Amino acid sequence: MNAPTHDAELQALAREEAFSMPIEEIDVSKPRLFQEDTIGHYFARLRRDDPVHFFENQFYGRFWSVTRYQDIMAVDTNHGVYSSDWTQGGIALFNAPNPEQRLQMFIAMDPPKHDEQRKAVSPIVAPANLASMESTIRARTAKVLDELPRNEEFNWVQRVSIELTTQMLATLFDFPFEDRKLLTWWSDVATSVPEVDGLVESQEARLAELGKMLAYFTKLWNERVNAPPSNDLVSMLAHNPATRHMSPMEYMGNLTLLIVGGNDTTRNSMTGGLLAMSRYPDEWAKLRANPKLVDSMVPEIIRWQTPLPMMRRTALQDVELGGKKILKGDKVVMWYLSGNRDETMIDNPDAFIIDRPRPRQHLSFGFGIHRCVGNRLAELQLKILWEEILKRFPVIEVTSEPKRLLSNFVRGISDMQVRIPG
Amino acid sequence: MPRVIFIEHNGTRHEVDATNGVSLMRAAVDHNVPGIDADCGGACACATCHVYVDGDWLAKTGARTEMEESMLSFAAATQENSRLSCQIDMNDALDGIVLRLPEGQH
Repeated sequence: MNAPTHDAELQALAREEAFSMPIEEIDVSKPRLFQEDTIGHYFARLRRDDPVHFFENQFYGRFWSVTRYQDIMAVDTNHGVYSSDWTQGGIALFNAPNPEQRLQMFIAMDPPKHDEQRKAVSPIVAPANLASMESTIRARTAKVLDELPRNEEFNWVQRVSIELTTQMLATLFDFPFEDRKLLTWWSDVATSVPEVDGLVESQEARLAELGKMLAYFTKLWNERVNAPPSNDLVSMLAHNPATRHMSPMEYMGNLTLLIVGGNDTTRNSMTGGLLAMSRYPDEWAKLRANPKLVDSMVPEIIRWQTPLPMMRRTALQDVELGGKKILKGDKVVMWYLSGNRDETMIDNPDAFIIDRPRPRQHLSFGFGIHRCVGNRLAELQLKILWEEILKRFPVIEVTSEPKRLLSNFVRGISDMQVRIPG
Repeated sequence: MPRVIFIEHNGTRHEVDATNGVSLMRAAVDHNVPGIDADCGGACACATCHVYVDGDWLAKTGARTEMEESMLSFAAATQENSRLSCQIDMNDALDGIVLRLPEGQH
């Protein structure tokens, strides 16, 4: 697979700036740095010189950036001190000042409520259920790949990554298949920060769109709550004692979580994997020579892409971390993307290497009680995608630089042109 | 050297050496026993080294910590004898311990 040139000049300039600017001026929350994909240089500087880094800006207020693997692990596993709860501000850097505008979802709850609600939906990805989904995923993947155009450019994100993840979501919710594009739209709206990306006009407009999602799903809930339990997420929520009496805001929050969790993440790993292959053609050759490497390649794709670059916590008490004194109420941001490039934990971390010895030791799923509930399903989807690609295409040319999202919450690619000869 | 016996979900048996003071998860990983993923590397933070401790061995492995309870509560198909193998360190009293693996780590 041939590689388009990564903009070397832009990268060199960013690196020079990152390593020469006064440390206290470094603001790794700037969405532009993610869109340009120059953020890695600023993280590298912080890991070296100020691994637990304070910054304050008008939009986000005071926040600490945690950039080393082990410090991130320490925060993620200490949920008693570092809260995820929406009442404290939740899991994103930006939180609506008005708590009524915050999403009430179990990723943004502390125990015990988090535990109860998470357990209501986790059986959807239990080992036996995953095994039963495999043939459906494979058939759909094969169909999407077989229908791709030949000898002409097309957007891989739209034709493959979005299509496959949206179909998967529709299955998990048993959502009307013909309306499935709504799920993609709601997912994009949910992660939007209107003031930054302008996808919708305002926070109010964003909540209004999510309200439409709630209305649609309330119809599904009403159908299923009176029917025998079935193996889909809506039915599971409607029948589980821990979730069947949720308020509408909690239902909306948890829907948002499950939609975003199954969408943006895997979508961008599907795109990022192909980008990685185009930048590291030797790895593609290695995989073609030994297709069994798919098993270690999949976690490496998820590390390399890190589709969710961060999660935020709020300190419930004064606490010391990496020699810094964090105050009660401060925002603490775990930059998974930085931890996944920590050279003290991962050899040659910027490189994409499909046969690393411990490929699963990455931070992309988080660790501790909030660790990604769908991680094994995501891995299965990616494994099947690459197995089916290997059966069909000796070459997929990436013909454009990827267009990246203006976001520090989703490390996403909206457009990546490719061409399949043949 | 004390030994640990891992039995895969399909019945395949692996008898491997372990070192006193080192976790049973580590013994599995060092000997490439399939079915122990150990994503977090032993920090009690992922529940992917879940095992069922066979018979009388369970009492000898000590009690679960609060964090282990939390993590196990999100694992699939847990039982009374479920443990995270990263939280059990080898010692002479555990020589010959039998650990059965679940259908999948999740």
